[in-house]
Amino acid sequence: MNPVQRHTLAVLVDNESGVLSRVVRLFSGKGYNIESLAVGTTDDPAVSRITIELMVDDKQCDLLSNQLRKLICVHSVKTLTPEHAIRRELVLIKVLANESERRNEVIQIANIFRASIIDVSKASLTLALIGDESKAAAFQNLLTEFGILELVRTGMVALERGQYTIDEQTKEKGEFDYGKNVL
Amino acid sequence: MQMTGAKILLECLREQKVDTIFGYPGGTILNVYDELVNYSDVFRHILTAHEQGACHAADGYARSTGKVGVCFATSGPGATNLVTGIATAYLDSSPIVCITCNVGAPLLGKDSFQEVDITGVTMPITKCNYQVHDVNALADTVREAFAIARSGRPGPVLIDILKNVTAESADYEPLERREHKKRGRLATLMSRWDFKPPEPDREDIRILADMILASEKPMLICGGGVVRSRAHEIFRTFAHLIDAPVAVTLMGAGGISGTDPLCTGMIGMHGSQASNVAVDNCDLLIAVGCRFSDRVALKPSTFARNGKVVQIDIDRAEINKNVRTDHHIVGDARRVLELLTEQLPEQKHEAWKEEVFSRPTEVHYDERPGCLTPKQILSTIARMCPADTIVSTDVGQHQMWAIQNFHFDYPGQLLTSGGFGTMGFSLGAAIGAQAGNPDKRVIHCTGDGGFRMNCNELATEQYYGFPIITVLFNNGTLGMVRQWQHLIYKEHYSQTTLDRGPDFVKLAEAYGLNGFHVTDVNEFEEALKKALDSKTGSVIDCVIDIDEMVRPMVGGGSHITDFMIN
Repeated sequence: MNPVQRHTLAVLVDNESGVLSRVVRLFSGKGYNIESLAVGTTDDPAVSRITIELMVDDKQCDLLSNQLRKLICVHSVKTLTPEHAIRRELVLIKVLANESERRNEVIQIANIFRASIIDVSKASLTLALIGDESKAAAFQNLLTEFGILELVRTGMVALERGQYTIDEQTKEKGEFDYGKNVL
Repeated sequence: MQMTGAKILLECLREQKVDTIFGYPGGTILNVYDELVNYSDVFRHILTAHEQGACHAADGYARSTGKVGVCFATSGPGATNLVTGIATAYLDSSPIVCITCNVGAPLLGKDSFQEVDITGVTMPITKCNYQVHDVNALADTVREAFAIARSGRPGPVLIDILKNVTAESADYEPLERREHKKRGRLATLMSRWDFKPPEPDREDIRILADMILASEKPMLICGGGVVRSRAHEIFRTFAHLIDAPVAVTLMGAGGISGTDPLCTGMIGMHGSQASNVAVDNCDLLIAVGCRFSDRVALKPSTFARNGKVVQIDIDRAEINKNVRTDHHIVGDARRVLELLTEQLPEQKHEAWKEEVFSRPTEVHYDERPGCLTPKQILSTIARMCPADTIVSTDVGQHQMWAIQNFHFDYPGQLLTSGGFGTMGFSLGAAIGAQAGNPDKRVIHCTGDGGFRMNCNELATEQYYGFPIITVLFNNGTLGMVRQWQHLIYKEHYSQTTLDRGPDFVKLAEAYGLNGFHVTDVNEFEEALKKALDSKTGSVIDCVIDIDEMVRPMVGGGSHITDFMIN
């Protein structure tokens, strides 16, 4: 039996209006909830990269990748496994820190996690942390008791370890290009 | 050459050698219709009664001719009326290009009169869609749309053009179709993917050839892909070469002749006993252009449980989607079968064929005196109409009876909504088919439920002088739903009895067509003869029994040989 686990999909797409909704609706239309989503341009301004994380089993992940590859606006799709990829997200946390003692404690925790303090006011500190979900979760747990005023995360981005890229040529890829059928 | 967007659009359709456009005008598409007057010698525009009819007609045109069907509609309700038609084409991989116009740029996004985000609405049911904001991008967009609609696994594409774009001017240079992929947007697309004609993987072919050689009980499924790729000739050669029985899916009808000695009839929920049992017993199942829909595979976990499953499909995303396969080849059905045929020696499987054909490939329906049966109607049509007659059907019992009783000989002979199951599809499709095949006879089979939905297109049929013969299987009920209610819902016939008008003979006459009401086979034969001799279209209202059922039947999700009724 295929266990349901967190899967990371990296998708290269045209940087055009409507493309994101085309990609995202493919998941909602099939009843999947996206756990994390991050979008931005790449070194080529005409191409954006979407990183999607969702809880599915391997078979579902393959089927979704196949469906994604059929979209004309999608250039390539790759499933990034945790062992072979580095994954990071940026978390901004605004913490209540209106007493100096509490403020010091928050700063200490931030230092341990190598989070940066990016804003300060009389009553609050805003911290920025880069990491994967376990680091972010541990950080968040420790800060809860101080009172988290607001928290935002960018969504996970991921790259394959080593020299390989998303465009790596494989037989599978050849098949998928055929599936796309442009003439 | 400077010209308006409306003119560029029509020039681009000319580039694609479009000859027929089905459509309905309205406020935002007025510039296009204004220009269309100057193209009356290039395009035949068929004005339907409803945009849905136009879309089904474009679909029927595409399925029967193998060319891309084109339909026009205005913004808002005009565009949304296309939606069912587009979804029908999408589920059955039929190449159509729908052109809608939207409100002008200054009004866009302001909930203006007749404004709708049609590209958003049709996103899940098109292969690709576009909204054109810049007249300079119009020609390239149309070229790309046609290329995408017809290539690979075909499908519908929608282009939504803002009204101001149709009025603005841009430079247009005529470009022959074969030059399209060398220029503009298509060239950019092509740079990403391989230019060369895609070839099936030779190693995959070799593996399959070995599997076929090792098999003692091979079985083939002829799916819609064989029809779309017009691979019927090589399919027949291949089937006879490896001497394997062939089960046909609803969409695969015509992919192999129904009279072929290897054909075991339809497979699936209403499949023949021969087909369903053979698929269950075979040691190798090769499905060509078939996606194992729930109406075919029924229960994926036990489907073809005694054999290896091989899937040949042009669409990579279909592989392993519904049924887990042991081997697959991604490629065009025709090319894959050609390569396989080259590699294989002739084989014989007499014992296996004897086993398969010991079960009936057709259903025997009892004849009752004084009662007109579907079988009698269909046999009479088959006997009296030319062999190449095109048949369009709606959805439900009459659809299944038609498939079971007609022997379709070539791709595009049967027009039916298989995947989406659209009631009201058939008349529009028949109109499209007749427009695309003026020399062929078109028979339109429908039920009283489906006919009532879109019979408005009788006006179109009459106006354009299409001699379509509507054969109405009138059982006074939504027959297939009633059959389910009878078998599964303890005979609770909730809201399925159609004990109401209209008088279909009067309706036909009101539209200027011939109307006949028949209650036995002799009357039917007489009416059909008159209809065939007439230059105008006809409606033959055939009264059949309300409790007539489609047999055999396997319940949804049941194992393929667990027949509920035989």
